[in-house]
Amino acid sequence: MKAFLMHAGRDFDLKAPLPWNAEALVQDLELDTLFDAMADGDEFLREVARVALLTGGGNDIDTMRYRQAALQDSLRNPQAVRQIYGSVVGTITGRRTRGGLMWLGNYPGAILSRSVELLEAQVAGLRELRHLCEANAGRFRSPAFSTLFEMLQRELTDEYLQTVEGHLKELKFRDGVLVSAEFGEGLKARDYVLRNALAEHRNWLQRLFGPKQEAYTFNLHPRDEAGARALSELRDRGINIAANAVAQSAEHILSFLTMLRTELAFYVGCLNAHDHLEAKQEPTVMPDPSKPDERLYRFDGLYDVCLSLRTEKRVVGNDLAADGTLLVIVTGANTGGKSTFLRSVGLAQVMMQAGMFVPATSFAANVCDAVVTHFKREEDTAMNSGKFDEELNRMDEIVGHLTSNSLVLFNESFAATNEREGSEIAGMIVDSLLRHRIKSLFVTHLYEFAHSFVGRDPKRIAFLRAERREDGTRTFRIIPGEPLRTSFGEDLYGRFFPGEPLEDDKDAA
Amino acid sequence: MEQKVSEARSKPRRKIPTGSEASVGNAAGANALRKQAPGTDAGEPSHGEGSRGDQSFESILFARSGTYPDAADATEPSCFGDLNLDQVVASVTANRAEYNLKGFFHTNLLEVDDVAYRHEVMRDLERNEMRDCVLAFAQAMKTMREHFAQMEKIFVPIQKQAWFLDAVDIYSRGVLDLTEALGRSEPRSRGLRGLLGWLRGYVASKDFPAMRSFIETLQADFAKIRYCVYIRGEGFVVHRYEGENDYSAEIEQTFRKFQQGSAKSYLTKIHDYVEMNHIEAKILEFVSLLFPDPFKRLAEFCRTYQNAYLPALVARFDREVQVYLSYLEYIDRLRPLGLKFCYPELSKTDKSLLCREGFDIALATKLAADDTVVVTNDFELSEDQRVIVVSGPNQGGKTTFARMFGQLHHLASLGFPVPGKKAKLFLPDNILTHFEREEDLENLSGKLQDDLKRVHDILDVASGRSIVIMNEIFTSTTLQDATFLSRRIMRKIIALDALCVWITFIHELASFSKETVSMMSMVVPEDPAQRTFKVVRAPASGRSYAMSIAEKYRLTSDDLEGRLP
Repeated sequence: MKAFLMHAGRDFDLKAPLPWNAEALVQDLELDTLFDAMADGDEFLREVARVALLTGGGNDIDTMRYRQAALQDSLRNPQAVRQIYGSVVGTITGRRTRGGLMWLGNYPGAILSRSVELLEAQVAGLRELRHLCEANAGRFRSPAFSTLFEMLQRELTDEYLQTVEGHLKELKFRDGVLVSAEFGEGLKARDYVLRNALAEHRNWLQRLFGPKQEAYTFNLHPRDEAGARALSELRDRGINIAANAVAQSAEHILSFLTMLRTELAFYVGCLNAHDHLEAKQEPTVMPDPSKPDERLYRFDGLYDVCLSLRTEKRVVGNDLAADGTLLVIVTGANTGGKSTFLRSVGLAQVMMQAGMFVPATSFAANVCDAVVTHFKREEDTAMNSGKFDEELNRMDEIVGHLTSNSLVLFNESFAATNEREGSEIAGMIVDSLLRHRIKSLFVTHLYEFAHSFVGRDPKRIAFLRAERREDGTRTFRIIPGEPLRTSFGEDLYGRFFPGEPLEDDKDAA
Repeated sequence: MEQKVSEARSKPRRKIPTGSEASVGNAAGANALRKQAPGTDAGEPSHGEGSRGDQSFESILFARSGTYPDAADATEPSCFGDLNLDQVVASVTANRAEYNLKGFFHTNLLEVDDVAYRHEVMRDLERNEMRDCVLAFAQAMKTMREHFAQMEKIFVPIQKQAWFLDAVDIYSRGVLDLTEALGRSEPRSRGLRGLLGWLRGYVASKDFPAMRSFIETLQADFAKIRYCVYIRGEGFVVHRYEGENDYSAEIEQTFRKFQQGSAKSYLTKIHDYVEMNHIEAKILEFVSLLFPDPFKRLAEFCRTYQNAYLPALVARFDREVQVYLSYLEYIDRLRPLGLKFCYPELSKTDKSLLCREGFDIALATKLAADDTVVVTNDFELSEDQRVIVVSGPNQGGKTTFARMFGQLHHLASLGFPVPGKKAKLFLPDNILTHFEREEDLENLSGKLQDDLKRVHDILDVASGRSIVIMNEIFTSTTLQDATFLSRRIMRKIIALDALCVWITFIHELASFSKETVSMMSMVVPEDPAQRTFKVVRAPASGRSYAMSIAEKYRLTSDDLEGRLP
């Protein structure tokens, strides 16, 4: 029995190895904000959201569509999804099941009776789950949910549940324990196999009164304590196997329930995030993924979901239509929304890969098996030479892991040296990425670098700029536009240090 | 009947070794004799000698019997501490204490043919198939010994008999497998061919196959037995198994649909003692009543073979072959690091020497633990050259070089492959070393005296076939004194015509005469603080700042062209 809500024929792996750059990605895209919104205070939901989003690079278009359909079902029936999730969680953490398989004790007898008790509670939970599915079956249309519901109704029939309950009764071994054995090393008994004692009990009566079968009986002397211990150990050996089988069954059911909980948790997390965005009337849309070998960006109203989740007001959205573009260079005023824009593209890609909705009014992009970030590290206080070394060290690491369908996001990279040298290195690297058809977005102040790509290959290179009105105010919108020679740092400087002459320093730089 | 056997078995004729004490029998060693497993007939084997095949084979280590003192009496040569060979031998023989091998590593061979005999065997054993079959045999013998040790702790007569059966089974299968596998892998060495001939005679003799078939029939009969125990509160019933259902399987079947990958095991670890408690003994007794025949024949097997199954020669081989195996195992740990071993060309008359990529094997072992590879070195002596004078900066690998020189010669005289890619060495009668001893430093005048006494003792023993290694002697006196003393000693060594490595800070010694050859420990020319432990020079190049960092991280256009997908 499988849940299969995340993949059409495969379990979702909560322990899947995260991409090598997961930590940097979380930091650079500020993903924690999104995880928190999906978690709504529940650590488990957060963990599932985290893994689902960070491992999205491995998903193909079919998986994304599979999840999108299930998510649409969930958005249509949020109450039912939350109720089923609650029931599963209840069975896993209920009064009789809470301890799970943790405290079974050290004796086969104790393991057996505890496991039987656990199974009894689990079977009750499964019965409830089946009833819930029966009640909601008609309202879910996605392949993921309808398959799950059908499977539960097919496998957990009343008849089957009764058979299980029958075994649970028998496993108390009221009639004694029958084991078979063979000879192992030095004629010690080995390969103990538990035999059906119920049948033995019947046979035993038959042997007493029927035809004689050769058998030897030994009765313990009442004061033979060592003998009693030895015999009880022998009984334990017999029960041991049954205890193992029963405990393993309980574990299997627990892991089925846990898997169901895990896979449902993703959709519950999506519902949580959706509620937050809906409450402030931010738009969301199911993205349209296209083949990995295409190079495509086309979106309207794309906003930084994490920025939106952190602020009261709605945030500015941006549009772009850049089919076939390999390299997007973003220049322009400081605090003009360039980094936010860069993050919004990365976030939308990550969310699309995971099968989530994206924060936009429309969004289409080719599938990328990895989103990689090379952001200037603000907190790095090392000396400049060390900083530049560190930047290239990180770039080396990125190159070592890069796949042809990656998306590389550069934020003020290679600026930890003078502009000429930084431009030289940035140009060299970006040139190589272009030659290898690797998609990248580059937010930069390096005029020499940015300008060197102007007019070179308009089909594959696009230029965007942070918008600045005539009066100098920022709109935080990113619009098409080639790099301008002046940076806007002096604006900012002028705001904080009004009245100082700046011309000298500018020339010197 | 059974009672009788069990009494007999409970009073073994000799003291039986237990557990770690258990030692491997070497029929030739008195010490080993006392420690033999029961059943080893160290004196006259009960099997007809005539059926044994090759009579000339005696030892896998020695081409001729009686030429060298018994390994048990061989004490550690005095050079071992200085050359770190004590560490090497301890490491080589670690985990093999039961074989008591160290003495073999102390006994250097004096004849070129004795060395050749071992080279042949070693080359055979370097072939995996050959080594595997000997290793398998050694493992069988070891398991057999463990069985005898275990038997001593068992008091249920039937069970004791069963352990004896197993032990003899393991031994005899070991011998059969060895004979068969050896034959298949066609040894080329005199040693292993001799052994094979002997083994073929042994396993073809009348008694051996009879013993095998006795064992096999018994085992087959016991394997067929299956019985049931029905346990109730007050006791139990034992009867034959009659096809009762496997209830655990039924449970598993019912819950199969929930299976999610593999579950953890909830089997309680019920401690399995080899010994039986009285309930188990009672059950075994009941089973012997249900199936009486094989139990009767088991008792008979024990009476027949109790003291007559292991020929002394097999026991001796089992021990001695460990010398080869232990050394091969040891050098196989170093080979993956790229270190080479070779079979040296040896002579006891020709003193021209050659070594390529030699190294200090003790240091190599130590460095290997930190995944570091030792630096290798070459040396060469031709015509009249006899003395290598090593000078140069401290910590530059001079002592390591001297140790390597000594180790190579000792290992070569044990008949082993030596650390190096290629080697032509001298087969010495003795290796004499004088290394500076830290602990003598309190009294300087006393130290010079001690130095001279030690040098004197060395020259007393040294012959034209000896190897002398001097490491920084006479450091406790003035340069003038030291130079004077050194020149005197040098003259004596040259007069002896001994081979010598001499580490010294006295440069004059390097050009003492046509017999001396100068070598120096080297440093990196650009960074004299850095030692190479070798004579190597490396050019360096400067580059522009950003680009040179990009180069360092392989991010230039050319690099990226190759690296990007």
